[in-house]
Amino acid sequence: MPKWAMAIDLDKCTGCGDCMAACKLENNVAIVDPEQADEGRVMLWMDMMTIYEGEYPNIKLKRIPKPCFHCDNPPCIKVCPVHATYINEEGLVGQIYDRCIGCRYCMVACPYTAKVFNWYEPEWADEFKSCMNPDVSMRMKGVVEKCSFCAHRLQKVKENADADDREIADGEYMPACADSCSADAIFFGDLENKESKVYQLSQNPRAFRELENLGTIPKVFYLSERE
Amino acid sequence: MNEETNNKIDLDEALYRPIYETGKGFYLTVSVLLLIIFFTLFIYIRQVYYGLGVTGMNQPITWGFYIVNFVFFIGISHAGTLISAILRLSKAEWRRPITRMAEVITAIVLAIGGLHPIIDLGRPDRVLEIFTAGRLQSPLLWDVTSITAYFTASTVYLYLPMIPDIAKLRDRGGKMVWFYEFAAWGWQGTEHQKKVLSRAINILMVMVIPIAISVHTVISYIFSMTLQPGWHSTIFGPYFVVGAIFSGIAALLIVMIAFRRFFHLENYLKLIHFRYLGTLLLIMSLLWFYFTFSEYLTGIFGSEPHELDVIFYKFTGTYAIFFWAMVLCNFLIPVVILAFKKFKTIKGILIASISVVIGMWLERLNIVIPSLANPRMELGTGMYIPSITEWSLFIGAIAVFVLGFVMFSKFFPIISIWEIEEGRKESVEEVEKRVKSYLPGPANVTE
Repeated sequence: MPKWAMAIDLDKCTGCGDCMAACKLENNVAIVDPEQADEGRVMLWMDMMTIYEGEYPNIKLKRIPKPCFHCDNPPCIKVCPVHATYINEEGLVGQIYDRCIGCRYCMVACPYTAKVFNWYEPEWADEFKSCMNPDVSMRMKGVVEKCSFCAHRLQKVKENADADDREIADGEYMPACADSCSADAIFFGDLENKESKVYQLSQNPRAFRELENLGTIPKVFYLSERE
Repeated sequence: MNEETNNKIDLDEALYRPIYETGKGFYLTVSVLLLIIFFTLFIYIRQVYYGLGVTGMNQPITWGFYIVNFVFFIGISHAGTLISAILRLSKAEWRRPITRMAEVITAIVLAIGGLHPIIDLGRPDRVLEIFTAGRLQSPLLWDVTSITAYFTASTVYLYLPMIPDIAKLRDRGGKMVWFYEFAAWGWQGTEHQKKVLSRAINILMVMVIPIAISVHTVISYIFSMTLQPGWHSTIFGPYFVVGAIFSGIAALLIVMIAFRRFFHLENYLKLIHFRYLGTLLLIMSLLWFYFTFSEYLTGIFGSEPHELDVIFYKFTGTYAIFFWAMVLCNFLIPVVILAFKKFKTIKGILIASISVVIGMWLERLNIVIPSLANPRMELGTGMYIPSITEWSLFIGAIAVFVLGFVMFSKFFPIISIWEIEEGRKESVEEVEKRVKSYLPGPANVTE
């Protein structure tokens, strides 16, 4: 069984935010109006952490793309009262929107603050409404959602591979963020496959994961010389 | 001893009066409360219609007033059943005029508190999924289980000792006899009935104590089972239970003082009752401080960075004023008032109790918000300002509480009449015998 994982090379990342935009379009993530966003209700599956270090004039700026980490031991699924969030055999942590009761316990329990909530009925400008992705289910107000590693793309890849009666090739299944990255900083693949790019990057001495000491075992690796 | 039924001029006439005499004040209070409650209902329907966006909650502070109030109200509910059960169990004779009120608090507040997680849901229409698709591994389900158990046990525990009083009301005749006749379950006060009742009460009071403790422990588990800094602490179970009993006693004292004033029960609720409960409140205040001190000292000494972030946010951050107000309300004010006999008057105790109730609410706020405002990831500090929706629902909840009490006291005696009678007739002798048996002297034959 494959185990899907991501590696983000922060030394390559330019912090441009392509991944965020691609993710938003790919997954029909609602567009929150600016006042709401200022109140902390912005909807991003792929977030960008912006960290300022030091004091003027010696400021170091860090931009770190932050999707859901799809932990192998996810704190979110442990607390869900209704099985609305789950981890499957391939290590993808998913959310069932029609099951979710909106208690937001998973959001509270997630040490990575990876989940977002539909505070209102999701809305889009008219221009967007005509280009919704039909492969991704729409959400309703009052449910929690989060990055799915573009699981709908895996479906398609699997169908194609099945039709041709072959294994999924490395790099065939790519989430929108990895696909769109103009700096080629986001890699995606099967962690069980020792030949895969992601596996090799995960073994790189530059590789680390966020808050490893919590034992959540995230499946998103960062690579950086700094820190 | 024979039952003297149907005295036309009862010694405890003062306790019947509020049931049969309805003043202008009653209608005024009820209509004001109903107005508030209907307004709250409207606000809640609006929230369901538009979504939780109408509240002040956001990311990362995804839990706000509703969860704070949930913990707070469930905490208050410990007033009752637990205190009344402990006092009954320890044969504290001064409990007699207090137990009924305490038990009513539990029943009403538990119903209010139990509703709060549902108010907090983004999809209240799916709440039944908790039963059809519930995961028993989730602390929220533990909560549903323990609160339901506590509600069942405490309403039965409220009802059973009411049966003889309901029978008294039935025998008096007048309003709603059909109802009292039904609710009295054919109580005639025979020896056998008394024996059965006292056995049932004894069994329940022993059962109710562990259930009550489990309820607040499990509520603390909601927080402590997560990995969040400031929450992931083994001390949380007992800390919450102590806080709950603490705020419960304070609420009980406020209710007692209010009824004493409005129903003229000075003859029943004497200074001595307030002094005894006040001492209990003082002990709980010290215990609360001990737990708080241990909790923060461990965090500071260990100085795990994320833990420290939360602690310093509490001490010096945006919410610091609430933290220090909590220390003032929960520790400084009640200790100063309750430790000196000079201040330990009814007025003093009322001030201390109000201060404790506010302080304990602030404590719940200080547990929920600061931990959420300081996520482990470097996302900046969150800010939570409750909206008018949350405030309205808070005021509405308090209105439901007051209305519950007003309505209860309209139909049932707020002080257990038969227990007072029993105290008057039997206990004086019994206590004398009991005290003598403690003392040295010629061996009493009693085993």
